[in-house]
Amino acid sequence: MVDELLFFMEVLVGGLLAGTMYSLVALGFVLIFKASATFNFSQGAMVFFSVLAFCGFMQDFNIPFVLAFILAALLMVVVGLCTERLVLRPLMNASEDTVLMATIGLGYVLEGLAQAAWGVEVRRLDLGIGDFPVPWIADNLKLFISALDIFAGLVAALMIIGLFLLFKYTKIGLGLRAVADDAGAASSIGIPLKHIMLLVWSAAGVVALVAGCMWGARAGVQFALVDLALKALPVLIIGGFSSIPGAIVGGLIIGATEKVLEVYIGPFFGGAIEGWAPYVLAIFFLLYRPEGLFGEKIIRRV
Amino acid sequence: MKPVFMTYTKKDLINLAVCMVLSVLVIPTFITTEYWYTSILIPWLCLALATIGQQVVMGYTGQLALGAAGFMAAGAFAMFNLILRVPDLGFVGSLIVSGLIAAAFGILFGLPSLKVRGIYLMVATLASQFFIIWMIDKFGWFKNYDSSGIITAQDIVILGKPFTTPLAMYFVCLAVTTVLTLLAMNMARGSTGRNWMAVRDMDIAAESMGVSLLKTKVQAFAISAFYCGVAGALFAFCYLKSLEPVAFDIKLSFKILFMCILGGLGTINGAFIGAAFILLFPVLLNAVGNNVFHGAIDATIISSIEQVIFGGLMIIFMIYEPLGMAKLWENIKQKMSLKFQSSNVKDLKSSLSKKS
Repeated sequence: MVDELLFFMEVLVGGLLAGTMYSLVALGFVLIFKASATFNFSQGAMVFFSVLAFCGFMQDFNIPFVLAFILAALLMVVVGLCTERLVLRPLMNASEDTVLMATIGLGYVLEGLAQAAWGVEVRRLDLGIGDFPVPWIADNLKLFISALDIFAGLVAALMIIGLFLLFKYTKIGLGLRAVADDAGAASSIGIPLKHIMLLVWSAAGVVALVAGCMWGARAGVQFALVDLALKALPVLIIGGFSSIPGAIVGGLIIGATEKVLEVYIGPFFGGAIEGWAPYVLAIFFLLYRPEGLFGEKIIRRV
Repeated sequence: MKPVFMTYTKKDLINLAVCMVLSVLVIPTFITTEYWYTSILIPWLCLALATIGQQVVMGYTGQLALGAAGFMAAGAFAMFNLILRVPDLGFVGSLIVSGLIAAAFGILFGLPSLKVRGIYLMVATLASQFFIIWMIDKFGWFKNYDSSGIITAQDIVILGKPFTTPLAMYFVCLAVTTVLTLLAMNMARGSTGRNWMAVRDMDIAAESMGVSLLKTKVQAFAISAFYCGVAGALFAFCYLKSLEPVAFDIKLSFKILFMCILGGLGTINGAFIGAAFILLFPVLLNAVGNNVFHGAIDATIISSIEQVIFGGLMIIFMIYEPLGMAKLWENIKQKMSLKFQSSNVKDLKSSLSKKS
């Protein structure tokens, strides 16, 4: 009985920590949605693009770890700049669906560019933190929890706190919230819309880089990261598109549910139900609470 | 019952006649290489059909859906099992029934569209994509307990005659596509299509005019999935000649989405233009890579460049012409006819004023 409980705890904790990895990807979506009410479908591609560039800098040019990270982050700022100028500004007054489709196109461009520049083979990324159980926890609590999971959890927590403080207490954060609420009104009182957009897209790019490092260290830096990032969509639906805590809670719920379902119910169906379980979970959430747990209620004017 | 061909004008009939002469007489006489049939014409017809399905739900009804490949897989594997287990049904019967099976899935996964829209709906339809592929993959019954993972599709036999040559298969695809395209055009122009477009343009206004949202949306999803299902069956039986769930992954769904958007949302001919472009462009790019650069550029780089160009085009079209290539074609035609008129009629101004 105790063993079973321990096993359940292990599955649950593993799921929760894996969920923070989804949260990291979802955070990037939320940042952009919060500031511009556009849904950035290319976030997954940004994850892939940034981490592949990071790996490329380190492995092809032998640039040291920290410098490569800074370079990759700068590259994401450039991507943000180009996106703002070439995609978002011309589509300023277009409908939401049009912008969404344009970001799907942007995702394709980023995926293609990344592969053209750095090749298609899977790259290994070593963060210096192994993806194996921490001995201390395994001995004392009898739980097998990967060090990488714990590290990802910590990074996620730090980023949430940072972003939360940014949005809540700084002038930039206030500007961001104003733009999200009503871009026209915000620009008429002198908030520089262009700078805000650039800032948000760069921040989302850096968040994508961090998320990419975590995923890359676990699964290798490869194209499949783009598909993995699609799992951030149900996370967003559960948490709400405009809420940073929502991205975290959504990620935790998805991570835990998918692992628990996979271990306890999966065997009856031949396994691998994690592929679709999050989406079905998201559908049920949509039917009962379309705005997500923390999202603002969607009011449509006729 | 209203007469079926009521909404067709003389111009439409001429267009239809030209298309039929081209596809039935001209193409089979002038194109003799098998490559064109097996690698270009057959997949073009199949994917155009699937794109029409995507058009119904996305272009006409305005519901953002991303799961066409899932419904195609449902259709393809339904076809395989129907021919295997119910041989009396025949090829055409099986094709219709597998379309209906896909339509049942369409109704099931289209239900969330009643409550949500936009990106929310996209996620809900992604569920169908992953669920259907997983289901086929995990339950051996669908694959007739074949362990190799790839099943060979049965030969096409219609009324006792085998259709196995590329040309014969081309005609099978052509016949099915023609019938379904005409049907789609009728629906789009009739009251069904008007209801779809009313829901697309403003659902609340449509509802207050007496258009049932439940009926219209579910109907659109069912018809869309039917088209995708039939297209998937043809895709597997005429083009791939094998069945494997991997062939219908999310990438194919994205491809069909691109065909639909680049071709032109809310147009039937856009489906054909978009499918032709997405299929032919890589062929062209490879040819350029091989002949101009003599293979100096790696094939993987070429496919990456292709991706960049597709994505870039998507952005450009969204900015400059959200209605896609069909609208471009329309504009060109309009300008041409205007020029034609002005050269015939001496005074351009009088011809314009007559027009308006």
